[in-house]
Amino acid sequence: MADARATTVGTDALAAPRVGTAERVAERRQRRFPWGSLVVHAVLLACVAVIAFPLYYAFVISTQEMSEVIQKPPRLLPSTYALENYAEAWRRSHMGRLLVNSTIVAVAVAVGKIAISMLSAFAIVYFRFRGSSLVFWMIFITLMLPIPVRILPTYEVIGNLGWLNSYAGLTVPLMASATATFLFRQFYLTVPNELAEAAQLDGAGPLRFLWSFLLPLSWANVAALFVVLFIYGWNEYFWPLLITNTEEMRTVVIGLERLIPRSGTELPTWNLIMAGAMMALLPPVAVILFMQRWFVKGLIESDK
Amino acid sequence: MKRTVFRSRWLPYALVLPQVAVTIVFFFWPAGKSLYLSLFKSPPFGGRDVFVGLDNFRSLLVDHEYYESVVNSFVFSGGVTVLSVALGLVVATLANQKIRGLGFYRTALLWPYGIAPAVAGIIFLFIFHPAYGVLPYFLSYVTAYEFNWLLKGWVAMTLVIAATAWTHLGYNIAFFLAGLQAIPESVMEAASVDGASPVRKFTSIIVPLISPVTFYLVVVNMVSSFFGSFGVIHAVTHGGPGGATEIMVYKAWKDGFIGLNLGSSATQSVILMAVVIGLTMIQFRFIEKKVTY
Repeated sequence: MADARATTVGTDALAAPRVGTAERVAERRQRRFPWGSLVVHAVLLACVAVIAFPLYYAFVISTQEMSEVIQKPPRLLPSTYALENYAEAWRRSHMGRLLVNSTIVAVAVAVGKIAISMLSAFAIVYFRFRGSSLVFWMIFITLMLPIPVRILPTYEVIGNLGWLNSYAGLTVPLMASATATFLFRQFYLTVPNELAEAAQLDGAGPLRFLWSFLLPLSWANVAALFVVLFIYGWNEYFWPLLITNTEEMRTVVIGLERLIPRSGTELPTWNLIMAGAMMALLPPVAVILFMQRWFVKGLIESDK
Repeated sequence: MKRTVFRSRWLPYALVLPQVAVTIVFFFWPAGKSLYLSLFKSPPFGGRDVFVGLDNFRSLLVDHEYYESVVNSFVFSGGVTVLSVALGLVVATLANQKIRGLGFYRTALLWPYGIAPAVAGIIFLFIFHPAYGVLPYFLSYVTAYEFNWLLKGWVAMTLVIAATAWTHLGYNIAFFLAGLQAIPESVMEAASVDGASPVRKFTSIIVPLISPVTFYLVVVNMVSSFFGSFGVIHAVTHGGPGGATEIMVYKAWKDGFIGLNLGSSATQSVILMAVVIGLTMIQFRFIEKKVTY
């Protein structure tokens, strides 16, 4: 994802809105409010702390023994049982399998959405064909048909295809994407027409043009979309719950729920549940942290 | 914008085929089937569908539980939206000051977006835990009120709203920051020259100028908490206690999958369709106005 070309294109694209940073720095030097900004820092750090607290608390609990978890007053400092807890939570929830499934689903959904959206946006922008506006409207209308408006019938379709408890069932139906299609369409419209004409003069066909010209130009968009869509795929709950019912095919966000006993007789092992939660949330949060430049770009541009 | 450059009789169709196929098979056909089923009564274990006209809609109209789930849905998504948009604006305004470390703050405020609402719900479940949770424990110093989400509906609702708003906050902050950075420096300076206090600047300049972004975020947060919150309800409260957190999406699934009442479930899906169409229309109506950044 982060090869050299992607990085340069990404920087160029992102540098555009930041024009004027130099002026701002100069201004900042002129007018100084040391007290004011100290207060702002304090308030902001407080916000950061409040937002981080639930995660910190989950981490703390995940490192404690059950006797520490239930003690009063609550112990808000990490303990030394992290290794045992994480190993036990891993074993009990078959975490390895869950994480593999989630990774497969998230990557396949993200790549699939990007690929089919790129192709249809290319067709809509660079060809004139009968029904192109019908296609455009069909893609648009999928925005108004989220899973809850077609629960049982979609389940039936998946069943008829024999796709229950399969990776195909988990991924293919999620691959239509109006937002990604609009994003690519928008991007292609900003590419100068001369580029396509020049490519054509040089004898490049449409697919060659898409592969060798448009794709390299759109790496920054692809990276941004990938991050946003990966997180979407990883965190999807309704769909995997609907079409899987075996241990092996569960993804991590729904597998986690199984760590919580629902019968009254069993005491929930909260330290293990929190260890499981930490493992389920770490990959998408890490993706945000390590790819945050693209993530912000993807969020703002894809408008969800 | 004359753009048609390539010519081919079949290629454009081949290019749109994957997307169109997925759209028809998994979106249009099932949604159409929902519409169809909403007019029929289907025996749960096979047999012939019986056409009943609008009977399914009529029985929902008089169903007290359904009415409650509608109210719950609006309380839930309204709560999530107000909480996360209002907090998002305040925090983004603070972070938009000319201070060092803006990048750090943005990251430090943004990361909860990556957490699935269901996972966030499980964490908040323990924070709210009546016996061991940190929140009821500290509240017990302030009040004798029993802050127990297992027994009190509004506490359970607060729990799922707080968990969902937590995951939405970063998204809203990112959008507000982008919008705030587009407010011209000169406007803020003019206000400073006129002696406007920071609070005055916020209420008289920032809030009105940022309103297109706010409006957009209100709609997006409404839609995503209305339709994307099955997970947090299923993982945390199962709609309880006593149906207090049973939102429309959860009830549509429960009545269909657990209750095997296909007609009613499909009818609820159709009503949800009307809601999402309405909200999407509003969103696109105003999308031209969303030009501030």
